[in-house]
Amino acid sequence: MNLFTIAWRSIQQRALASALTGFSMALGVALVVAVLVVHNVVADSFQRNAGLGYDIIVGAKGGKLQLVLNTVYHLSTPVENIPYSLLKEFTEGQYKPYVTKAIPYCLGDQYEGQRVVATVADFLGETEYARGRRYEFASGRNFTPDGDFEGVVGALAAHRTGLKVGDTFSPTHGVRDDGQGHKHEPFKVVGILAPSGTPNDRAIFVNIEGFYLQANHAKPVEEAKDHHDAPKTEGMKHDHDHDDHEHEHEHERLPENQRELTAILLQTSTPAAGILLPNKINEGPIAQAVLPIREIRGLFDVIVEPIQMLLLALTVLIVIVSGIGIMVSIYNSMNDRRREIAVMRALGARRSTVMSIVLIESIVLSMAGGVSGWLLGHGMIALMSPMIADRTGVSLGLAPFVAWELALIPGLVLLATLAGYLPALTAYRTDVARALVASP
Amino acid sequence: MLTITDLKKSFQEPGGERLPILDVRSFHLDPGEQVALVGRSGSGKTTLLHIIAGISTPDSGKVVVDGRDITRLPEPLRDRVRAEKIGYVFQTFNLLPGFTALENVMLGMSFTQGKKDEPRARNLLERVGLAHRLKHKPTTLSVGEQQRVAVARSLANRPKLLLADEPTASVDAKHQQQIIDLIRSTCREDGVSLLLVTHASEIASQFDRVDHLEDFNTQEANAR
Ligand SMILES: Nc1ncnc2c1ncn2[C@@H]1O[C@H](COP(=O)(O)OP(=O)(O)O)[C@@H](O)[C@H]1O
Ligand SMILES: [Mg+2]
Repeated sequence: MNLFTIAWRSIQQRALASALTGFSMALGVALVVAVLVVHNVVADSFQRNAGLGYDIIVGAKGGKLQLVLNTVYHLSTPVENIPYSLLKEFTEGQYKPYVTKAIPYCLGDQYEGQRVVATVADFLGETEYARGRRYEFASGRNFTPDGDFEGVVGALAAHRTGLKVGDTFSPTHGVRDDGQGHKHEPFKVVGILAPSGTPNDRAIFVNIEGFYLQANHAKPVEEAKDHHDAPKTEGMKHDHDHDDHEHEHEHERLPENQRELTAILLQTSTPAAGILLPNKINEGPIAQAVLPIREIRGLFDVIVEPIQMLLLALTVLIVIVSGIGIMVSIYNSMNDRRREIAVMRALGARRSTVMSIVLIESIVLSMAGGVSGWLLGHGMIALMSPMIADRTGVSLGLAPFVAWELALIPGLVLLATLAGYLPALTAYRTDVARALVASP
Repeated sequence: MLTITDLKKSFQEPGGERLPILDVRSFHLDPGEQVALVGRSGSGKTTLLHIIAGISTPDSGKVVVDGRDITRLPEPLRDRVRAEKIGYVFQTFNLLPGFTALENVMLGMSFTQGKKDEPRARNLLERVGLAHRLKHKPTTLSVGEQQRVAVARSLANRPKLLLADEPTASVDAKHQQQIIDLIRSTCREDGVSLLLVTHASEIASQFDRVDHLEDFNTQEANAR
């Protein structure tokens, strides 16, 4: 019989107390695991997606974080618009040297609760949303620059709305589906995106040209004339460049002086441009430029990280309390076991041996609780993962293990040793002669 | 096998003064010898056995077990001498309730350097007539059977000296003789020296050598 067996017998003898203390340890560890994994997945997916391949987002002056949440994450309340002419500044005007790509972006519509993004085909077509990863189509294809009334549906949005390739849908104006929104002309679904693990899984993408032709999307012409005379002419010039396209459409596209944008997504040409450009834009009166990665980093540093650290601290505290539970349970049993310990000593066990038995008992209880808690935690996450994916578009993947979980092993052994120390000391100090003659 | 010289042991009274319990000038036990030690209750018999086993330390004197003065050994070495050389049978059996009969005997082997010899444990239980009770927990055994398990356990490590502290005092009258016979015969077969404490004269009278603790305790210790 080794010490482990002896310790295990003692655990068995107090089956109920052992099971309860082990269970509380399991719950604590399960919570720690859940918090660690969720923390990691959230932080990872949020930060990995922060730019979705774009360095700068240009939008109306106002909340920076709100602009990022709107354009990248399809969250938060809508932001104000910026004039369409601003886009020209990046494609052919003064900011052209700084950018390699400028994507127009119009928000504010939704279809059955899924946000609709009006943009250009390029947005889904060529962009690497993460290093080496491009949007892929589960079925169909991307919309074409000329397919004015074509749309593409994100994986999750397709799942929720039931839209398939070939279906038509009419976005309504307004982010919230309050029934007040105006129905628009239908778009035709030409493609369904494969899950990308980005917020774009939750969105529907339509050709910005078709979007502008929807009712209420044109800015009143007088207003356009009043405020943006200069951009109007620039816009006209652009129209002429594309005259060869124009004749392919049986409908008239919206004149640029009646167009507005929610945001422009920029890829900068050089790292320096990423610093210079925002300064220049922010000095101007109409728009602001934000660095999405910096905004999200800030959100995490200021809000998310502290909250998650607090959660982690609380769950670790639960584990420590469970450790104290184990200590109390073993310590309470020491009175009844004084005689057993004395007998083992009389059979030749050393002080250090009986001390080890009690410590092993504490470690076995903690580790048994810890292992079940670990399984429980990952089981919980596995069960919750479809729900999380459905709600957030964040796929937890098959094995969302976090390196920090490895710290649980030495952590638990240390905790168990500390918890077992006091009762083990009692065992160590047992007065054998006295315990043997005491009436049983 | 066992030689005690000038052994003194006293206990601290609650009042503070020291109360002498043992003052053994000389006591000797040969290898394989069997002695009944008789003394009235409270005379210090258990205390003496504890000292011989190295569980307690004397105030002064020498206790030589198998050639080594255990009073001069540090505690871990005393523990080792106890584990390897001395078997102990208690009045109240002191089997561990969570372990089966076989495991209780094996437990006796757990605290030595030597390997765990399960065949020997089974064999010992067979010798005490419990071959059919190997997997029984103590609570499912009669007191007589429990003490037989305890005897088997005390012999697990092939000790050279067996200390038996009133081994029949908690056993029903019907089985007392059986236990005594068992202890004596196994000790004889294995060449183990036996120091058996009793205050029952019908048991003491079976021994060739009967020592009275009062005889070698000094007047002072006896006069308490
Ligand atoms: N740890 C102790 N502290 C104080 N007195 C003790 C202790 N152990 C035993 N005694 C006393 O020593 C005396 C001898 O006890 P013991 O050896 O158990 O006697 P016996 O076994 O002969 O009945 C008793 O009076 C007992 O009260
Ligand atoms: Mg006694």
